[in-house]
Amino acid sequence: MSDKGSKGLAKDPGSEPTPGMDPFTDTLQRLREAFGSGRTRPAEFRAAQLRGLGRFLRENKQLLQGALAQDLHKSAFEGDVSEIIICQNEVDLALKNLHAWMKDESVAKNLFTQLDSAFIRKEPFGLVLIVAPWNYPVNLTLVPLVGALAAGNCVVLKPSEISKGTEKVLAEVLPRYLDQSCFAVVLGGPEETGQLLKHKFDYILFTGSPRVGKIIMAAATKHLTPVTLELGGKNPCYVDDDCDPQTVANRVAWFRYFNTGQTCVAPDYVLCSPEMQARLLPALQSAITRFYGEDPQSSPDLGRIINHKHFQRLRDLLSCGRVAIGGQSDESECYIAPTVLVDVQETEPVMQEEIFGPILPIMNVRGLDEAIDFINRREKPLALYAFSNSNQVVNRMLDRTSSGSFGGNEGFMYMTLSSMPLGGVGNSGMGRYHGKFSFDTFSHHRACLLSCSGLEKLNAIRYPPYSEWKQQLISWALGKQSCTLL
Amino acid sequence: MKDESVAKNLFTQLDSAFIRKEPFGLVLIVAPWNYPVNLTLVPLVGALAAGNCVVLKPSEISKGTEKVLAEVLPRYLDQSCFAVVLGGPEETGQLLKHKFDYILFTGSPRVGKIIMAAATKHLTPVTLELGGKNPCYVDDDCDPQTVANRVAWFRYFNTGQTCVAPDYVLCSPEMQARLLPALQSAITRFYGEDPQSSPDLGRIINHKHFQRLRDLLSCGRVAIGGQSDESECYIAPTVLVDVQETEPVMQEEIFGPILPIMNVRGLDEAIDFINRREKPLALYAFSNSNQVVNRMLDRTSSGSFGGNEGFMYMTLSSMPLGGVGNSGMGRYHGKFSFDTFSHHRACLLSCSGLEKLNAIRYPPYSEWKQQLISWALGKQSCTLL
Repeated sequence: MSDKGSKGLAKDPGSEPTPGMDPFTDTLQRLREAFGSGRTRPAEFRAAQLRGLGRFLRENKQLLQGALAQDLHKSAFEGDVSEIIICQNEVDLALKNLHAWMKDESVAKNLFTQLDSAFIRKEPFGLVLIVAPWNYPVNLTLVPLVGALAAGNCVVLKPSEISKGTEKVLAEVLPRYLDQSCFAVVLGGPEETGQLLKHKFDYILFTGSPRVGKIIMAAATKHLTPVTLELGGKNPCYVDDDCDPQTVANRVAWFRYFNTGQTCVAPDYVLCSPEMQARLLPALQSAITRFYGEDPQSSPDLGRIINHKHFQRLRDLLSCGRVAIGGQSDESECYIAPTVLVDVQETEPVMQEEIFGPILPIMNVRGLDEAIDFINRREKPLALYAFSNSNQVVNRMLDRTSSGSFGGNEGFMYMTLSSMPLGGVGNSGMGRYHGKFSFDTFSHHRACLLSCSGLEKLNAIRYPPYSEWKQQLISWALGKQSCTLL
Repeated sequence: MKDESVAKNLFTQLDSAFIRKEPFGLVLIVAPWNYPVNLTLVPLVGALAAGNCVVLKPSEISKGTEKVLAEVLPRYLDQSCFAVVLGGPEETGQLLKHKFDYILFTGSPRVGKIIMAAATKHLTPVTLELGGKNPCYVDDDCDPQTVANRVAWFRYFNTGQTCVAPDYVLCSPEMQARLLPALQSAITRFYGEDPQSSPDLGRIINHKHFQRLRDLLSCGRVAIGGQSDESECYIAPTVLVDVQETEPVMQEEIFGPILPIMNVRGLDEAIDFINRREKPLALYAFSNSNQVVNRMLDRTSSGSFGGNEGFMYMTLSSMPLGGVGNSGMGRYHGKFSFDTFSHHRACLLSCSGLEKLNAIRYPPYSEWKQQLISWALGKQSCTLL
């Protein structure tokens, strides 16, 4: 047996217990042992886990809707379309494609390897940690889980302690549907998460702010753990002069105020000319009234801010610039009205931090180029939107900027497409998932070359000493690479 | 470079949905000394093809190559978009304080962590091509001479200074007895009676590494080779036996022409031995039995795997080169390089009209609207990736 105290490359058992109590050591050890036993490798096991997850969603739909209502005042319908159905779709997609995704991928061979078997094998990393946020607490916990399970990993889920209703359901009910030797939910706040992160994981997927993303990545560095970080930023929304204000207002308002603005890919601020602003404001008011009624606070389709801390933060933002629409708030309900701010300065807080609420500031620019410059001076956002009747304008914005994703004359509709990757760039994150991208993210792609043990005479050509003809032959054969298409 | 179309659903049928590959921006490539041209320029190909501006930091240890890359290469590229920077650990540390949009590093796990820590400060994504001890399992059921040829060649190529070279052999004592004369035979055939005078055997990069390797020669017992010549940084192709797991030669990546043999009593013990250690960059298994090779493949993890073969897969641009766990993260070569150095941006372009169709998704949500939307969304499951 290895000497556990030895230095160098002998592996430690996967945990570094801190002095005093570490509540995670036993759980992680158990999961590691289960992974080491090979339990999660067979397709049948993974499919059973996915089916279990599917049953969890179906059998606890009302429980989950209730939790989402409790946490975010989400209507049952909104909980369905933005969380539960999305998760179910991911489960179904994974079940349907599991064998295809797991299959070894053959690769093109060259002259040297014609008789060999060359392929890429997808393997689970091992112990995966998913740290989820509170804004779509079901979706952003379970969609990654689908990928991690499909890829054959053992998974530790750390749901957000802020969305307490959902946390409870995930901690108490979900494990019953999965093999608990390979899956665990751990609870806690920043301090517990910090303790958890001292342990070694084989992959970490984190969704949250860039600030905490750095903390996660720093912890991952200590164990050379690869990460996917789904972060945030301020998602610009450029509105060209050449567009129909009402159409734009409908789309922008819907994507901004959905889930009370607590969406990482929501349009964060609008860039448009003063003339466009004058046309947009009444259109936005009209859209808001049509969507949420004269008294949005009583609309069943408008949610609430997650907690008082964020409510205060948002209420403070209401004093930036000038309130053009909305601006009302009600502390007892953590309610903030769908709001539009104008005359904001770039240096004000509302243009400095990710808003993550139902407040939409409008900043004026004198055309597309100024908008592009404005955007490119700032951190790369998770999403970027451009509205214009002109394809040229939309494509120019697309070509001259960078962002995790891009919507032309549309909001984050692409989130409904499992064929699209969800991921950031620069400050908004690294890596991606959804659909097959999840499976690939949570898999190590191992290059494999299986040769036969005979035919050594053929191989002899490559051994030294290298006569002149041998050198020419080998160089020629190697140069034939360029004919091999990937 | 082409936009990749993606499958659409009911909501987006009339839209244009695709993934656009974009350069990250400013890419840093930090290269090592063992294949100083390959490991600097192959990443460069990918970074350039993906449209990035590139900073190359070649190894200061391989001075000859560093000079050519610094003085000659820039003349062939647009120097407003490309630069070579020079220096040792201290200068590299200074360089890393700056923000890059992607970093590809090839080197040791220890330095890999330093690179990743620096990258963390700017949330810079990284590909780390690291190292480890690549196990080479030799089953009882095989032809010793064939195995010896293959293992020797891949071990002593570039004087063992190859990140994917077999680092140590695991085999039974019986196999070891058959392997040793076969290894000696291979070494003599390849490098002659006096390997030091063979034109096909290289030298150790510098004195520091020479000393390091010479010290390793005192581990276990020298069965083949063991000669060294400090004046040339020459170490003979060497095989060590009777080594303990705790000895330095079994603790650090050897990166030289020394091959220790450790005894195991069969495949399962070999698998356990391997799995107790960090995941290596490469893993090799030699056996006449496909079952044995596949079992080793199934029960272990490594960057890459060779069955009855060494790192021949490195010649295939269709194969990714990358580690896992302590041996690294990310991958490159061929198209994988292009994809590594590109941001894959999800794009959905809708038309600005047809707002009446869209109206279906806005609140307030009547009963029929809810049902229609839920139904349409559920049709996802028909969409294959």
